[in-house]
Amino acid sequence: MTASFEKLGLKVGLEIHRQLDTKTKLFCDCKPKLFKEDPKIVFLRRLRPTQSELGQIDPAALFEFQKGVKMLYEANEEASCLVEMDEEPPHNLDREAVEIALTIALMMNAKPVDEIHVMRKAVIDGSNTTGFQRTCVVALSGELDLKGKHIPIQHVSLEEDAARRMEENGSIIHYRIDRLGIPLIEIATAPVICTPQETEEVALAIGRILRATGKVKRGLGTIRQDLNVSIQDGALIEIKGVQELRLVSRIVEFEVQRQLGLLKIRDELKERGASKDDVEEEIVDVSSVFEQTKCRVIRKVLNQDNRVLAVRLPKFAGLLGRELVHGMRLGSEMASIAHFWGRVGGLFHTDELPAYGITDEEVSQLRQCMNAEPQDAVVLVADARENATDALKAVIRRATEALGNIPEETRGANPDGTSRYLRPRPGAARMYPETDVPPIQLSNKHIEEMRACLPESAEEKMSRLMREYGLNMKLAKQILESKYVDLFRDVVEETTVHATVVAVTLTETLKALKRDGVEVDNVTDNQLKRLFGLVGSGHLTKEAIADVLTWLVEHKDAGVEDAIKNLELVVLSREELETVVARLIEDNKKLVEERRMDALGVLMGFIMKSFRGRVKVELVDEVLRKRLKENLSHT
Amino acid sequence: MAIVSTGGTIASRVDYRTGGVRPALTANDLYSVVPELSEIAQVNAEILFSLFSENITPKHWTKIAEAVAKHIENGVAGVVVAHGTDTMGYTAAALSFALHNLPVPVIIVGSQRSADRPSSDAALNLIGAVRASANAPFAEVVVAMHETVSDETVFFHRGTKVRKCHTSRRDTFKSINTSPIARLRNERFEMLIEDYHKRDSSQRIVLKPSFNEKVALIKSHPGLDSSVIEWYVKKGFKGVVLEGTGLGHVSKNCFPAIRNAVENDIIIAMTSQCIWGRLGMNVYNQGRDLLAIGVVQLEDMLPETALVKLMWALGQTKHIRKARKLLTTNISNEISPRTQAEETA
Repeated sequence: MTASFEKLGLKVGLEIHRQLDTKTKLFCDCKPKLFKEDPKIVFLRRLRPTQSELGQIDPAALFEFQKGVKMLYEANEEASCLVEMDEEPPHNLDREAVEIALTIALMMNAKPVDEIHVMRKAVIDGSNTTGFQRTCVVALSGELDLKGKHIPIQHVSLEEDAARRMEENGSIIHYRIDRLGIPLIEIATAPVICTPQETEEVALAIGRILRATGKVKRGLGTIRQDLNVSIQDGALIEIKGVQELRLVSRIVEFEVQRQLGLLKIRDELKERGASKDDVEEEIVDVSSVFEQTKCRVIRKVLNQDNRVLAVRLPKFAGLLGRELVHGMRLGSEMASIAHFWGRVGGLFHTDELPAYGITDEEVSQLRQCMNAEPQDAVVLVADARENATDALKAVIRRATEALGNIPEETRGANPDGTSRYLRPRPGAARMYPETDVPPIQLSNKHIEEMRACLPESAEEKMSRLMREYGLNMKLAKQILESKYVDLFRDVVEETTVHATVVAVTLTETLKALKRDGVEVDNVTDNQLKRLFGLVGSGHLTKEAIADVLTWLVEHKDAGVEDAIKNLELVVLSREELETVVARLIEDNKKLVEERRMDALGVLMGFIMKSFRGRVKVELVDEVLRKRLKENLSHT
Repeated sequence: MAIVSTGGTIASRVDYRTGGVRPALTANDLYSVVPELSEIAQVNAEILFSLFSENITPKHWTKIAEAVAKHIENGVAGVVVAHGTDTMGYTAAALSFALHNLPVPVIIVGSQRSADRPSSDAALNLIGAVRASANAPFAEVVVAMHETVSDETVFFHRGTKVRKCHTSRRDTFKSINTSPIARLRNERFEMLIEDYHKRDSSQRIVLKPSFNEKVALIKSHPGLDSSVIEWYVKKGFKGVVLEGTGLGHVSKNCFPAIRNAVENDIIIAMTSQCIWGRLGMNVYNQGRDLLAIGVVQLEDMLPETALVKLMWALGQTKHIRKARKLLTTNISNEISPRTQAEETA
């Protein structure tokens, strides 16, 4: 397969965005923290497409504006101030974020710029209250060595994260501005990656470098990968927002197949003798065909006095419904495009009909109405006349494009590895200077000081963990990839708990609890330290750790001691255990007489059942064995 | 209707190559930035100057007043003045005193975010201003700006009672000690007060555009050196507005300098730096002493409005007694006879 990707001329460029773990946001002093409760502050805005320096207006942006799209922004007091509301000029660039970005840049051997200039990148979908995203290049021309292959890093940049899209209510889009302004590092590779597998490896390698700084955020939503994918004869497609690493190779593979499928459709259309001139811009009102329809979607639309409009796509029959890859079809591409340009819910096409309550009879009437030959396809949209017209105009454009080159698009990644149309690729001239923020000069001296004390690479750190703490490779790797590396070191150094026990607890135990729905992220480092302290001093058994953690998550603000008390996990003293064992032997006299030393296992079971987490197994074994022997020798 | 442009954020575009700012308020520029305007009114745009509003002087007020009056005499439905927001309140007061018997509204408009930013407040403010100049029922000098931080409603503030109260927010302008006179929501005007000067095209505008610049505004503060007041007297100033503390006080140290100024036929007027509220100079001895010296107390007039008004009064007459009389006469609603609770802060 690798060879065939190379033959196809696959070229992938990777853009990795990751939130930095700073104390404040990039251009103000707000906490980089998301909120879940209802917003305290809401305000309504419109964004107007403005002419860029070159006098160009982004057509997609203009269109959205003309449709009267408004943004309802939601905020709380902790995570947003007037800066995110675009009610106050940005403050100076956050120095902590700059330092982290520089560290990362130097670890990739990139050359820091002399002066950091903040730019504005036009983003008019409402995800930025200003209508632009602030971004700045920190370093250029880095490199990454991937199994001997040289991967150039084009630039390392800092940007502000965008607002979170919450919902869409008609023409009002809800955005939450808590995320807006969180510093993001952006790392862009040259488009030299040749296979899906290699794409994933590069993403992994960059991820390891980022984590080595200990200054990047972790978890879902903190990392977003954009992929630029092209094949020979295909198009440059930008796929945005891949949140999971394991999807990267799949997305590249699917995109290659999508493009190959589209090229095949183009060739087939040519074979059928289709030409761009045949695609007519004739949109027909076919509502009368559906007067008695059982199709619920169309019924509802017609009841609201809206219309069913249709277009004929000559010689497209069978091609709209053909699967390109994994459920992606030309028909579904058209549906996404229709949704974008017409804000319609979806469309029907004859390749998938009769279905959805639309009958055979209706389909043939429709075909008749549209003068459709058997080789032709018909696409219909049921909505308000204006929306349906916009949607079908977009469908006609897409059909025309199907006869030529694959259109360049910005697509969004889906969780199953497929992607969907987001918008046309924006023009190149989207950047202009952010005049409100002064440039930052980087002195050579400062850069050299930083270069002298870069963090350990992931590989160095791992071998040190194995060497110094006797961890096996799997555990060392897990600890390294968790957020507890520093805590692990502190606990091992401050307590007598065995390093392996600490490592297993911080990785596997926590992971298992999380899987069971226990929000272990809410347990603080201090609570974990205290917990290990008590295990080390023998006040708590390691078997009880999971129970204590669960209790702590359920009881916010409580301490480890409270947990032990409430769970009755106070460790049995030797004397207490002796008494318990004596009584147990007394109560099970018959059993002991019959089974003699073999009764040990059963009795052990009784004790562990009652006192699990309160006593060490080794101690129970010792006491029980001793008492049994004494008992048997008496009789 | 006519738009007279004086400069400021609303009327300019940044040239990103040079970093310079150029005026951009020809009618075509306006239509290209805010296409909706063409549906509301036929706009006649005049670029009077291209100044950041901190560089506007009383001489510019005179020119603006004359330009506005000329458009009104030509029979427009209303005049919009595009202006930087920093000193917009001063110009609004100046036009309120200079333009009498208005047949149509004069709407001063600005923006807090430049018009070449997608999130600019300029569009809504301009639409509001143009709509008001074309259709509003009132015929007064007002400032049209965002009511809140949302792009939803526009407030119309009386020119003599309006103040820029925030460095950067869209809703920076507030009506002080009174209610805004109207709100525009979508295409509808909502009058917020009953007593206003109504649009009436049969009225003939009267222009009184002279201002005397020899007037100063001094803020009272702990440690204020009374020689500051003496300096103005020596320099031939004709009037000083004091921005006193609280109900209208200045330190006792300044009394001799104030007495000397009054004896030299200089008008000394008192306002309060509290911004909200009315003077009460009979409450404490020191207030009564200042009145006895001859300080003119200006009720709930804004200090900035008082400065403009004293400049205007001294521009109308050379007689100190007449100027004093003008200063305390309510010319353009700069003095509210009563203040309701919800209008206070």
